[in-house]
Amino acid sequence: MKGMTIIVKKTTQLIAGMIFMYGIYIIVHGHLTPGGGFAGGVIVAGSFILVTLAYGGDFLKLVKEESGTTIIESLATIMVILIATAGFLFGTRVFFNNFLPKGVVGQLVSAGVLPLYNIFVGTEVAASIFIIFLSLIIFKEESPK
Amino acid sequence: MNPLIPLFVVTPLAGAFLIMIIGRFIKEFNKYFTSLILLFLVIISFYSLFTTGENLSVYKVGGWEPINKIPIGIYMVMDGFTVIIVCIINLIGFLSAFYSISYIKRYTAENYFYALFCLMVAGMNGVVLSGDLFNIFVFLEISVISSYALVAFGVEKNELEASFKYQVLGTLASFLILFGIGFIYWKTKTLNIADIKLAFSSGYDKTYYLFVQILILSGFGLKAAIIPFHAWLPDAHSSAPSPISAMLSGVLIKAVGIYVIIRLFFNMFIVSEGMAVLITTLGTLSMVIGVFLAIGQWDIKRLLAYHSISQMGYVIMSVGIGMILVSRGIKPEVAALAISGGIFHLINHAAFKGLLFLNAGAIEYTIGTRDLREMGGLSKSMPATSATSFVASMSISGIPPFNGFFSKLIIIIAAIMAKFYLLAALAVIVSIITLASFLKFQRYAFFNKTDDKKNQQIKEVPFPMVFSMVVLSIICLLLSLLVIPGIRDAILTPAIDILTDPLKYSSTIIGQ
Repeated sequence: MKGMTIIVKKTTQLIAGMIFMYGIYIIVHGHLTPGGGFAGGVIVAGSFILVTLAYGGDFLKLVKEESGTTIIESLATIMVILIATAGFLFGTRVFFNNFLPKGVVGQLVSAGVLPLYNIFVGTEVAASIFIIFLSLIIFKEESPK
Repeated sequence: MNPLIPLFVVTPLAGAFLIMIIGRFIKEFNKYFTSLILLFLVIISFYSLFTTGENLSVYKVGGWEPINKIPIGIYMVMDGFTVIIVCIINLIGFLSAFYSISYIKRYTAENYFYALFCLMVAGMNGVVLSGDLFNIFVFLEISVISSYALVAFGVEKNELEASFKYQVLGTLASFLILFGIGFIYWKTKTLNIADIKLAFSSGYDKTYYLFVQILILSGFGLKAAIIPFHAWLPDAHSSAPSPISAMLSGVLIKAVGIYVIIRLFFNMFIVSEGMAVLITTLGTLSMVIGVFLAIGQWDIKRLLAYHSISQMGYVIMSVGIGMILVSRGIKPEVAALAISGGIFHLINHAAFKGLLFLNAGAIEYTIGTRDLREMGGLSKSMPATSATSFVASMSISGIPPFNGFFSKLIIIIAAIMAKFYLLAALAVIVSIITLASFLKFQRYAFFNKTDDKKNQQIKEVPFPMVFSMVVLSIICLLLSLLVIPGIRDAILTPAIDILTDPLKYSSTIIGQ
């Protein structure tokens, strides 16, 4: 896939990082403000998609990127299941049990395991949306013109 | 609380994603790992079958206890009826996964196959175990979306077309179901099945209630392929790889279709006579029309798929008769007999239809065609396939001493005792036509004459495939034992008690 003009490339350089940081912000404040893992994950995926669209990339690079993202996605899901199982092992024999100390309401590190779930759900959503995008591009590259 | 309940969902879910990671680096990992996971699930499901009995155990996810007896968390419920379906899902799932070890070699991308297979099993277990209406919807989507992908697994023209048809109709069904759930939530302000039942018991708007019932029945009817909603089934079930056809036809239409219809119409809605008559009519229609559509088919898997519609018709008709009697409040013992016949036939159908699809897969594996006119004389070269498919054909046509005979007998006796003579007569006629079409299958596939040169090269299928088929045919014989009173009381009676007693389910769950 070919990249775009230098104007688009420069603008992307300026804003992609900010979009990424904003996504991270939404994810880690999921238990305090509106938003959370899913919304933040979509924003993070948006920054990756923006960079891919602006700069392009040859076919082999895209395929390699896709397989790497698949592994991250599966790992994030397994981490969510592991945290749920940890609740089963440490607490009162219940999955999704909140076994960490709850902390003070309003602080960033509070609400027990909720921020952890948010972080991994965010990773999962970002990775899967990016995979959907990459698969569509790869399909377009593969199909005859 | 029974700590085993969430394992039915968590284990295959974790397995699916582990396969996607480790399967990339270690070849051969995926197939043995899937079989191991499902073997583990079979063991815990049979352990649950023997320990559950009359009890009803509730699992509150996240440890959210009810406040003032109002449930606020997500509930998972295991009772006599659930545990039977869980056993079917995991047993057929294990045998199909083991069968796939040799069968799926002809396809590429085995990792995706096994990961989707595990996801499908996780979704079905979730649907069956969930005690919460919205979670039924979520798990249903997990299982059917993975089945869309599995139907299209061959990525040829036919497979893609079938999968597309299945997706369009499946999405329509999901939409109707979600719509129905939304309407229920609007009126009752709760999603817990037991709590909804209590809310309905204290009074409801008649037309609104009827509208919701119709939405739910048509949504899950589409998933169960009852006759006006059956268009996707023959294509989808015949195009999928054979172990998946066995799962779809043997398990999926029961777990996400019939099971939910039975559960909701007995334990959530208040049983009304009009709805019961409608369900019985739909069941009878599927039973009769399905078999007439089946008998003219020359493609083995299409023939089997149409028979799935017909046999599910038996189950729905029989449960519907029970529902009519329960709603009238007369002859409770005949109602119990009718429902037990339906559930017995459901169990049997999982065994013999799973086996028949595995046989069809074995034939396709060796000679590479599904057309009956191009086969013949396979009984000499493929003795194991021939013998097991004979067992399955006799079971589905209702020949003693195989399991299908006993369940059909119970259904017919119940219909006569409830004075539905026409339905009893139709059940007998349909059974005879079923026998005719399976004699056709046997004759053309296994006993017809062909040139011997071609047949000498045909060999029996590899061990994993033979193993699965032989185990299923033994199960077909063993299931006849369910008709013996002692065994029936231990396994079938708890399921019927929970369905026929109008308040037992909800009061036990809310009371805990």
